Amino acid sequence: MSNHEHTASIKAYVIGFILSIILTIIPLVLVLNHMMAKSVLLPVILIAAVLQFVIQLFFFMHIRDGEGPRYNVMALVLGLIFVITIVVGAIWIMSFNSVVQ
Amino acid sequence: MQQSASAHVSNHDHGHVDQEGLKILGFWIFLVTDCLLFATLFAAYAVLHTHTNGGFTGKEFDKPGFIIETFILLISSFTSGIAVLFMHKGNKKALLGWLIVTAALGAVFVGLEINEFTNMVHEGATISTSAFLTSFFTLVGTHGLHVTVGIFWMIGLMIQLSRKGITNVTKRKISVISLYWHFLDAVWIFILTVVYLMGVM
Repeated sequence: MSNHEHTASIKAYVIGFILSIILTIIPLVLVLNHMMAKSVLLPVILIAAVLQFVIQLFFFMHIRDGEGPRYNVMALVLGLIFVITIVVGAIWIMSFNSVVQ
Repeated sequence: MQQSASAHVSNHDHGHVDQEGLKILGFWIFLVTDCLLFATLFAAYAVLHTHTNGGFTGKEFDKPGFIIETFILLISSFTSGIAVLFMHKGNKKALLGWLIVTAALGAVFVGLEINEFTNMVHEGATISTSAFLTSFFTLVGTHGLHVTVGIFWMIGLMIQLSRKGITNVTKRKISVISLYWHFLDAVWIFILTVVYLMGVM
């Protein structure tokens, strides 16, 4: 394996680590100090979580590594579609269930 | 003749690299299916988290406990990355050292989680108390089980590494477990947000 295939570098890890810490501390502080209304807080902490996930994909898991077609990205995108369908679909259907009751 | 021989060698070499690359791709596909497992558990939790049966609610989660767990797992994710960096530099000693740090942090994380669970059970919040707690223990417990498996896997790799050194095969194996470890931290981000932060909100 030649070196240019790896996007791994100490710089990438440190940047990813610092960004992850920031994106962990922001929701912690916001929630524990009750700094926002619940309707605003929910999307804010969810966005922070998704951002941190994306950052770890790029800076820690090096999703851009390797040559040729990015089959890992394709699999991940398909997986995320399934994940969103399962989670959002379950919540939607079960909230309808509580309306019926 | 010589040219075709060297072409054959480079072809063979190329094929070998692809083999290891293919195995890493295979592991990515496993991670995606593991995402589906966690998606079903998250969906169950999202649907059931209001069904507390008048008992333990999310507001009673141990705040310092889950904050410390979060940072320990995040740091261990970082140290597993440092281990991979030393692997690419061919420094076996540093690689082993950082793997030991990563596995030790993982063990502390699992220890804290077991402590959290036993405290909850002593307060009467068991897996059969309410639908909320059933989905909570299943989701967080499945993640904890993944971390536990990862620790034993890492110990096995450290033994293999100290025997065989850094080869193409051990390199791929370390890359794969590092992916697995980062993935577990990524899943924990969502457990922290959806279970703990939304619970204490």
